[in-house]
Amino acid sequence: MHAIFYKSAGWFLAVLLMLTAAGVAADSGFAVHMLILATAAAIMLVVTLRRSDQPPVVADLSHYDDEVIRWGVIATVFWGVVGLLAGVAIASQLAWPLLNLHSEFTSFGRLRPLHTSAVIFAFGGNALIATSFYIVQRTCRARLAFPTLARFVFWGYQLFIVLAATGYIMGVTEAREYAEPEWYVDIWLTIVWVSYLAVYVGTILRRSEPHIYVANWFYLAFIITVAMLHLVNNLSMPVSLVGSKSYSAFAGVQDALVQWWYGHNAVGFFLTAGFLGMMYYFVPKQAERPVYSYRLSILHFWSLIFLYIWAGPHHLHYTALPDWAQTLGMVFSIMLWMPSWGGMINGLMTLNGAWDKIRTDPIIRMMVLALAFYGMSTFEGPMMSIKSVNSLSHYTNWTIGHVHSGALGWNGMITFSALYFMTPRLWNRTRLYSLRLVNWHFWLATLGIVLYTASMWVAGITQGLMWREYGKDGYLVYAFVEVVAAMHPYYIMRVAGGLMYLSGSLVMVWNIGMTIAGKLRAEAPMSSPAHDPARDRPLTPVAAA
Amino acid sequence: MADDLIPGAPEAPNSGPRVDAPTGTATVGHQWDGIEELDTPMPRWWLLTFFACIVFAIGYAIVYPAIPLANSASKGLFGWSSHGDLDAELSAEAARQAPVKLALAQLPIDQLPGNPQLLRAAERGGRSAFKVHCVQCHGAGAAGSQGYPNLNDDDWLWGGDLATIQTTLINGIRHPGNDDTRVSQMPAFGRDEILQRAEIRDVVAHVRVISGQDEASAAAARGAALFEANCAVCHGAAGTGNREQGAPNLTDAIWLYGGDRASLTATIVNARAGAMPAWGNRLDPVTIKMLAAYVHSLGGGEATPVVEIAAADAAKTTQ
Repeated sequence: MHAIFYKSAGWFLAVLLMLTAAGVAADSGFAVHMLILATAAAIMLVVTLRRSDQPPVVADLSHYDDEVIRWGVIATVFWGVVGLLAGVAIASQLAWPLLNLHSEFTSFGRLRPLHTSAVIFAFGGNALIATSFYIVQRTCRARLAFPTLARFVFWGYQLFIVLAATGYIMGVTEAREYAEPEWYVDIWLTIVWVSYLAVYVGTILRRSEPHIYVANWFYLAFIITVAMLHLVNNLSMPVSLVGSKSYSAFAGVQDALVQWWYGHNAVGFFLTAGFLGMMYYFVPKQAERPVYSYRLSILHFWSLIFLYIWAGPHHLHYTALPDWAQTLGMVFSIMLWMPSWGGMINGLMTLNGAWDKIRTDPIIRMMVLALAFYGMSTFEGPMMSIKSVNSLSHYTNWTIGHVHSGALGWNGMITFSALYFMTPRLWNRTRLYSLRLVNWHFWLATLGIVLYTASMWVAGITQGLMWREYGKDGYLVYAFVEVVAAMHPYYIMRVAGGLMYLSGSLVMVWNIGMTIAGKLRAEAPMSSPAHDPARDRPLTPVAAA
Repeated sequence: MADDLIPGAPEAPNSGPRVDAPTGTATVGHQWDGIEELDTPMPRWWLLTFFACIVFAIGYAIVYPAIPLANSASKGLFGWSSHGDLDAELSAEAARQAPVKLALAQLPIDQLPGNPQLLRAAERGGRSAFKVHCVQCHGAGAAGSQGYPNLNDDDWLWGGDLATIQTTLINGIRHPGNDDTRVSQMPAFGRDEILQRAEIRDVVAHVRVISGQDEASAAAARGAALFEANCAVCHGAAGTGNREQGAPNLTDAIWLYGGDRASLTATIVNARAGAMPAWGNRLDPVTIKMLAAYVHSLGGGEATPVVEIAAADAAKTTQ
């Protein structure tokens, strides 16, 4: 009883504190954020009080702790649609600038970080947290350590997303790419992330298996490195303790280098290492085949981890960054090619002995496509880091195409397949609502990616060539605005590609929703080659009869 | 040990390596949630490519600046630098431009038409400079927009021969701090209450008649008298404008701010005063000359006035 009292009093004080902070806020953005926090604390107060007359829930130790993973699946699907919708919106704004609607709140500059953060951190982050909790329990044969903390990680992370997203709309931003949230949101994320690390490591320490499975190495590398990147990149001094603005601890080219050390490794450890962890569990499970090579997984893990962290300077080729740092950024990127491909080889070759499943199992097909796009973008990345290639590709839409072949092809597809794998198991259904809808999702998404990346490749190379073209008299041939005008058709094609990818994800929403609801779609199986036992025998010569 | 807590959970037989039938490869022997790992050796091509990349990286780091030292960094074998690279590229282009620029610097602009090859070269250079400095207001095709003149037509506020365009470029229009900048100042007839509302309506009616947009009317007739008294001093009795003062021709179909009733009324009530920077202190004389040649070539360029040429010829013959 005392515990309830102290808990409720604590939440009540939190509400008061946040309301006070909102009252004395230096700017409206900070005030709105404090009101959001006050609302969150008030919800916790109500939840605490309502639970006071209920008997405490006794955990069922005979099963894995899957409740928080079920929430994670729903959050992943939800934020995925939000992020893709924002992407289609800003792609349309680039094609038709009138869609900025003449409002600061709907301008491209504010919606663009909303899109990137929604897909990377809200969709990707929720997918990583949910799958890591799913995998770590099963490959350690142990329930999650610190169940309450695991629930805090989930809800704390959603709060971080809401604070970040509302901040972007209000113009509260550090203007650091992929790290836009301001100082107090960064502090909150740090608390959540350290809790995540505690739950994850705690579960590994409680494992019943003698060894730690490779997927967990990758997840652990992802969690630890992202913590380090986040802390260093966000070192900043707030202007006021009750205001949203802060200034970075670094200046000039050092600031740019820290930012891209972070930015590149956000790709390396968030979008590559974390999702490789996902791949290392779900691909062998779905294919029901052993992982191709244990030795390869060791070598490519350590080489990837060691090399990735140095490659950031390739984002600053031909800038104020000293030449020597640019050189190192480039050569480390080139050495990174094979370590990256190790994951693709191990994933694809796991299908040895089960290649036929690409034809019959749309989930396997999604995984294979994800690995193919992973391989493609991890070849393209080192190639674009070569300075002479970069002098053409830098600042063009080629970069956008590269990012999206990785994000839509690799991160999106591997996540979708993981969601399709987990959903029936988490809700204890016999199977997905419909495999045929997975097939629809696969084709809509694939065609969408092809349309998106192909148009951006053409757009980017066109753009790069037009910018640098000198006439025979030694003058630049094109005005900047002519290059912008030349992009218009490609921007429209990109919108079409994005719409297809978005509609594929809506098919998934329906499919997963119906699976959770316990429905099974009556449909013909994906593959049923005709077999007639009566004809399955040698012909007997008539004369001999 | 956890298996004791989970009755009925599938047993994980970590019973050592076995040979996987479809691949014929041995497993490592562990099993996690049913996932096994094969003991496949490293793919040879993978290792070799990885080593090749490392060798390339080391070689590249020797050839190019790469190793940070106490005060600077290693210079590489050839002393390459990205700034040096840029300088070399820019000076190569500058060298290609040099002969044309030298010739242009020496030739007075009104003699440019006498050297067609140089004129074409100047136009090409001007087009490039135009795309950097002028498109923001005049548009990529130089067609202008409301308040920014179309440079493709032959309707000039201040004159369309090469030398006049050059003067306009050098000194700008209403550019503060430039004594030679082009200035015209139309009174704000409505705002300053020089004309009454009804009178302005009549002047608008007249302007629409002389520009061929409306039929003659009583209002236009009243406006004609007002025009004569208030406007003709700059725009001329017939309204055909006066380049000496930058007064536009009101009898053609070309309007800087619009020839409809509302735009004309707004112009007469508040007057207009567009501005263009004086490029003389921003661009070198040759670039300005090239810009003048390009604008002149767009379609409305006029010949240098015959009077001056005739006078110059006369002066030459008398010598």
